[in-house]
Amino acid sequence: MKQLMLGNAAVARGAYEAGVTVVASYPGTPSTEITENIVKYDEIYAEWSPNEKVAGEVAIGASVAGARSMSCMKHVGLNVMADPIFTVSYTGVNGGLVFCVADDPGMHSSQNEQDSRHYAKASKIMMLEPSDSSECKEFTKRAFQLSEEFDTPAFLRLSTRVSHSQSLVEECPREEVPLKDYEKNIGKNVMMPANAIKRHVVVEERIQKLTAFAETTDLNTVEMNSDKIGIITSGITYMYAKEALGDRVSYLKLGMVYPMPVEKIKEFASKVEKVYVIEELDPFIEEHCRAIGVEVIGKEVFTLLGEYTPGMIKKAVFGEDLRPYREAEEAIPVRPPVMCAGCPHRGTFYVLKKLGLVVSGDIGCYTLGAVAPLASVDTTYCMGASISAAMGMAKARGKEFNKKLVSVIGDSTFMHSGMTGLADIVYNKGANTVIILDNSITGMTGHQDNPTTGRTIRQEPTKQVDLVKLCHALGVDRVTVADPFDLKNFEQVVKTETEADEPSVIIAQRPCALLKTVKYSGNCVIGENCKKCKVCMKLGCPAISERDGAIVIDKTQCNGCGLCINACPFGAITKEGE
Amino acid sequence: MLKQIMIVGVGGQGTLLASRILGNTVINEGYDVKVSEVHGMSQRGGSVVTYVKYGEKVYSPIVEKGEADIILAFEMLEAYRALPYLSENGTMIANTQQIDPMPVITGAAKYPEEIADKISRKGKLVTVDALSLAKEAGNIKAVNVVLIGVMAKNSEIPYENWIKTIKETVPPKFLEVNLKAFDLGYQSV
Repeated sequence: MKQLMLGNAAVARGAYEAGVTVVASYPGTPSTEITENIVKYDEIYAEWSPNEKVAGEVAIGASVAGARSMSCMKHVGLNVMADPIFTVSYTGVNGGLVFCVADDPGMHSSQNEQDSRHYAKASKIMMLEPSDSSECKEFTKRAFQLSEEFDTPAFLRLSTRVSHSQSLVEECPREEVPLKDYEKNIGKNVMMPANAIKRHVVVEERIQKLTAFAETTDLNTVEMNSDKIGIITSGITYMYAKEALGDRVSYLKLGMVYPMPVEKIKEFASKVEKVYVIEELDPFIEEHCRAIGVEVIGKEVFTLLGEYTPGMIKKAVFGEDLRPYREAEEAIPVRPPVMCAGCPHRGTFYVLKKLGLVVSGDIGCYTLGAVAPLASVDTTYCMGASISAAMGMAKARGKEFNKKLVSVIGDSTFMHSGMTGLADIVYNKGANTVIILDNSITGMTGHQDNPTTGRTIRQEPTKQVDLVKLCHALGVDRVTVADPFDLKNFEQVVKTETEADEPSVIIAQRPCALLKTVKYSGNCVIGENCKKCKVCMKLGCPAISERDGAIVIDKTQCNGCGLCINACPFGAITKEGE
Repeated sequence: MLKQIMIVGVGGQGTLLASRILGNTVINEGYDVKVSEVHGMSQRGGSVVTYVKYGEKVYSPIVEKGEADIILAFEMLEAYRALPYLSENGTMIANTQQIDPMPVITGAAKYPEEIADKISRKGKLVTVDALSLAKEAGNIKAVNVVLIGVMAKNSEIPYENWIKTIKETVPPKFLEVNLKAFDLGYQSV
């Protein structure tokens, strides 16, 4: 029976059916639910690794040891994993090896809009791209089979709308794939120059073979409806084009986006008067078409930015307008994401804002510390950069500037790539203050465990990395644990530590308010002695607002964390019934 | 036939569960279905939008301006924001709850007044105090299922089929509250 399934869940299902036994990933929207769904299958070993590079290497090791294995990540996670990718392309595989990467056109939850297809070309690794959940499952299985057939890792490329859309999928039984024999093979698996030089030859031959395969495979399908207009497309834009243009045009749908066929594209183009390439983000297919001498219309009519829609495709190809629609009578206030009511980070940013510090930020829920009214964060680049970039700032501007500078980084992000930055500060005589926002979980991606939480992905108890001992071991003598909701003490700790002439770490410890184990009781209420000073509103809590001249706390939003009680200078806020 | 439904609200209000109940109900009716969800950062109190499309064959999972047959809005400002997506003969079902967005809280913007009047001047609007009904059902978090109940009443799909999916979708310990919430929504129209 067919069932409605999230694209990411369908990838997990495909991996299960393909006989995969090892999956290692680091969470990242929009890829996270793949690995979360893998946990449903007891036959598969699954782990949250500390970062994507580790995850990818675990999968590579499992493959060379003979198992079908997979690693899943968001587009920027692939940057972290890029190092081993370029070399495992040379070694090839033993058990099938698939890297699943999810791009985020439109940046629903990302810091950039990179197009991961470039990695396939750069690392010379084949890449498949499904367009709905059913293909997610099928293409995942095909990726494993092709990986073994061509002795290559394989990429599966998703985008937000494929990952996070549900469509119908028919489940099949799992194919039990026995572990392949492990054989020592230095020439193939030890990539030092003498061996790598020989393997590069193999890689180039493999791309030739895969290009020949691309000419005939049923992954690339032609649908002839018209001799006027032909569309070359792949992934979600195929679905948009089908909805927008229907049977009025012909299609070449590329299920394999690297390497691409040559003759098949030429033949398709020769049968129609005009060819459009429709692809979100970069002109990847378009440039290939031009390079093989096929004239196409692409980015001159389609944007490089954001997501596409059927409407914009219809407009570009047929010049037909969208359906008429009604507009609101006025400008509607935007509703940006905010830190949740009860968020432990709110206390931290309230203090940092009050002290007027420069805040070198990082990737996680706490990036929202840049949003008004707290607007405390100064910079955000990538995982781990809060620490290393602050080191650069301090070296550039000197000691006094450093006393007004802190880094903020989550517990999971610190384990991901913050530790090396901290080692740099210790080693190279920095004196930075780093605040580790330890909320006992990986928050933004929806509560995944990490090495500091004491639980595995399957919720088994495990050893917990001790952040205090770890910082001491890295050479930081000044390590303070403080509760960010104890505003007075926290402010004092930040002042003292930023003044110090040596590296310091503050571990701001309070669990994420959305964790089931966090139970605040009652609601906060504003009493009659409220002086309307609005200090509580500076917290940026979504539960506190002004209505008809009075400050009120919305019961449906308040979770009773009590931070506003601590912030109110007049003791006007209390717990209901107390 | 292609039915296009949009569910809008504020991150954390439970729009995902609503779209899953809807998706699973229409699949049981034998339609092709696509549901497009939002995960990640917007779930942290931002505007969230989910699309559900069903018919003989569905290609694109997204709904565009002027196309939604039904918009199920969990909050008034989000209803107003979604107005351009309503089709000419479409129906907006809106929860009367108001949640101030951060720019309103900080004083940088004003929450628009009389939103219901403004929407009804431009299209068909059904309002419901889903929060009160959810409280009556026993849990203020059941706003999503109350709204599904209101929508069910406005749909051609039989009552029992909705109940069947709710039983399949909702965890057992919340089932009673949710069935009550659904009923209250269904009867409210």
